[in-house]
Amino acid sequence: MQTRLADFIRDTDDGREADRILRTCVHCGFCLATCPTYQILGDELDSPRGRIYLMKQLFEGASITHKTLKHLDRCLTCRNCETTCPSGVEYGKLIDLGRKHAERKAARPLSEQIKRRALAKFLPQENLFGGALKLGRMVKPFLPQTLAGKVPANPSHPDKGELGGISPSARHPRKMLVLAGCVQPALAPQINVAAARVLDAIGISLIEADNAGCCGAVSFHLNFQEEGLDAMRRNIDAWWPHIEAGAEAIVMTASGCGVTVKEYGHQLRHDTRYAEKAAKISALTCDMSEVLLNEEAALRGWLSGRGALEGKRVCFHAPCTLQHGQKITGVVEALLTVAGHTVLPISEPHLCCGSAGTYSLLESEISTQLRDRKLGHLSAAQPEVITSANIGCLTHLQSGTGIPVRHWIELL
Amino acid sequence: MISPDIIRRLQAILPPHCLLIAQEDVKPFETDGLTAFHSTPDVVALPETEDQVKAIIALCRETQTPIVFRGAGTGVSGGALPVDGAVLLAMTKFNRILSIDPLARIARVQPGVRNLAISEAAAPFSLYYAPDPSSQIACTIGGNVAENSGGVHCLKYGLTVHNILSVRVLTIDGEELVIGSEALDAPGYDLLALLTGSEGMLAVTLEISVKLLPKPERTQVVLAAFDEVEKGGAAVGAIISGGVLPAGLEMMDKLAIEAAEAYSHAGYPLDAEAILLVEVDGTQEEVSEDVMRVREILLASGATDIRTAKDEAEQKKFWAGRKAAFPAVGRLAPDYYCMDGTIPRKALPAVLKRMAELSTEYALPVANVFHAGDGNLHPLILYDANQPGEWEKAERFGADILEMCVAHGGSITGEHGVGIEKISQMCVQFGNAELQAFHGIKACFDPDGLLNPGKAVPTLHRCAEYGAMHVRSGNLPFPELPRF
Repeated sequence: MQTRLADFIRDTDDGREADRILRTCVHCGFCLATCPTYQILGDELDSPRGRIYLMKQLFEGASITHKTLKHLDRCLTCRNCETTCPSGVEYGKLIDLGRKHAERKAARPLSEQIKRRALAKFLPQENLFGGALKLGRMVKPFLPQTLAGKVPANPSHPDKGELGGISPSARHPRKMLVLAGCVQPALAPQINVAAARVLDAIGISLIEADNAGCCGAVSFHLNFQEEGLDAMRRNIDAWWPHIEAGAEAIVMTASGCGVTVKEYGHQLRHDTRYAEKAAKISALTCDMSEVLLNEEAALRGWLSGRGALEGKRVCFHAPCTLQHGQKITGVVEALLTVAGHTVLPISEPHLCCGSAGTYSLLESEISTQLRDRKLGHLSAAQPEVITSANIGCLTHLQSGTGIPVRHWIELL
Repeated sequence: MISPDIIRRLQAILPPHCLLIAQEDVKPFETDGLTAFHSTPDVVALPETEDQVKAIIALCRETQTPIVFRGAGTGVSGGALPVDGAVLLAMTKFNRILSIDPLARIARVQPGVRNLAISEAAAPFSLYYAPDPSSQIACTIGGNVAENSGGVHCLKYGLTVHNILSVRVLTIDGEELVIGSEALDAPGYDLLALLTGSEGMLAVTLEISVKLLPKPERTQVVLAAFDEVEKGGAAVGAIISGGVLPAGLEMMDKLAIEAAEAYSHAGYPLDAEAILLVEVDGTQEEVSEDVMRVREILLASGATDIRTAKDEAEQKKFWAGRKAAFPAVGRLAPDYYCMDGTIPRKALPAVLKRMAELSTEYALPVANVFHAGDGNLHPLILYDANQPGEWEKAERFGADILEMCVAHGGSITGEHGVGIEKISQMCVQFGNAELQAFHGIKACFDPDGLLNPGKAVPTLHRCAEYGAMHVRSGNLPFPELPRF
């Protein structure tokens, strides 16, 4: 596509990157077909191609208003369009640039600014969020229906005793780091425990680094990009001594965090102090499913030695951050099958569930429509359990169904 | 420019989220799949109900305001290019499948439904909608009707016109007409065929009944590699004359293979000068027999490598690469100009040779993707729109290719339509008397010329100008050849 970038950006790092990406787009429109917001709204301005054009105008120096910002905000950043795009447009990187510069040119309404500021401050801090969650659960019965729906229930389930509990001690010489994350420890502490147990059983100890915290995605995607980058640097500092001590990998049990950490190298490429370390960290980062795929022989050995679990009929909702962001497809389904479960096919497996980080709080109408569409497909398969691979999807889906929604690792 | 009064009246018809007026909002609609042409629309209407469409049409007729229709905007002839002073009417919110009747094998759909969505919805009944343009994932059925779209399976199953039963349309007079019926024939002239491919010039489509076909018992895809493009071209003729009617018979040359492979990882042989994809379908026995026959012909035609897809997944991969070949070429150059002409199959080797020469003359690479079986060429001219003069060069190269098609007894469009892109070549394809007849038909439906003005059928004045600046010794080449 032809581009004529404006002076304010043309000769900057951002400008060169934006121009390079814009020029790969040939305006074919394939991306419209798999964009969740376009499916619902039918307005090209809420499609990847429309947003690319809005960003092109922005970078070419046209005056824009909050409307452009609104269409960019409405994007779930699911990156389904990247999977669909035949010409390889790196839309995810482009929209980060678009949001950054759109917000400089067009102000948000004050109420939105306050809401976003509060979320960016509050969610990444584990103790703040955890405390508030406890409080929310206590007062939930007294809250109006709309508000109560936003407070996730306690993660307890019938077999918590079997799957929850305490992580095994770090007894193996093979060690991998795991990211605790920001909201996951409060919402679903059992996920990392389950991951640690499975890896322990195949000879790998999972350790958490002190001082590591939110991966940076929450702030970054709320467009507090500098704060997001600071969170990334803090995690790199926290992990680095462990990497030097021989930790083999950094394991992600939330695919939303995984996709972010895998891009630390890109985000910090211009930071001379961190660029190299960030690239190394990204290279060492694996989704839990990738780790088990690499250790498949050991996993099979352990599973057969353990004896058969009761196989369940399960659906797997592949988070966008897993299938589109990290391009990992079919792996979790295969692992669940190896563990003796029956994975049921669903319609529109490529489509987002509407969670998308803070999206479910900021764009709740679209988010709820997408959730219900996804749950319609999932429940049509009549599973005993719905599984997924990202804390956001898990809580979002659970808020709309009585069928238990669990991280897939808990079923191993 | 559209008058403020008309804007005010449109605001009375449509809620705010269905009417785009600000420059910021309308600019992204300035072009469709053919980005070399763009024109910022004055206003974009995104109606949600048929009543809104009717009210807009009535307003436009009363105020003599032109209307340009748009579907998903994936067309590559500029059919949805905005026109100054017109309302751009996008039908994308009409995206519901109204009914599927598996016994009658008919689906009733709204015009904004995606082509592929029809087949997906029909899949539980083991049925599908046959025409499959490369953009089928995104393009709308309303746009398919307007352009009479084809696809890789046209060779055996026909174009859109062969796969729809009826349309419900709205004329500029506000009259609702049902054209065609669920029966295969209807009394009177075949107006359905007239409306199909009329490029938004005659009426707007509100609903379409499409034929669904049972999925064949078995399909098999054979991939053959050639060390010379001409050999591949000759193999195409040999397959058809050998008595096999493949469901799809496609050819790609080296550049196209490279781009498609980079996107799809289909396993195309990168060292080949050309590949053919041959799909045969039918019963188990028919397919086995045809695959044998196709392999023999390909071998005899000098194929260097022949592979049969080992399973359905590999078949899908073979096709995914082909279907994404156009935009995948975006990996090789910032811009491409996709041509669409037809030639008699036997002319393929000669046309390919001349195209290679033209590519050298213009110093612009060309990637070739063909519906080889039906003689439909899609040369993709690679250029860089940011370089001054490159687009103009690409456009002239394209015009040369189309006129070469005509010279070989072919035509200037196989399935993409004329739109704005090939309007000058219509003057090469048709004589004045024929064009006048086309204008007469247009006037029956739209006497004031409000629907998609300036597209598809050139004015005689335009042709006179084109002839003057495009002198070929004052003569049409090969005047003895029939022009249809």
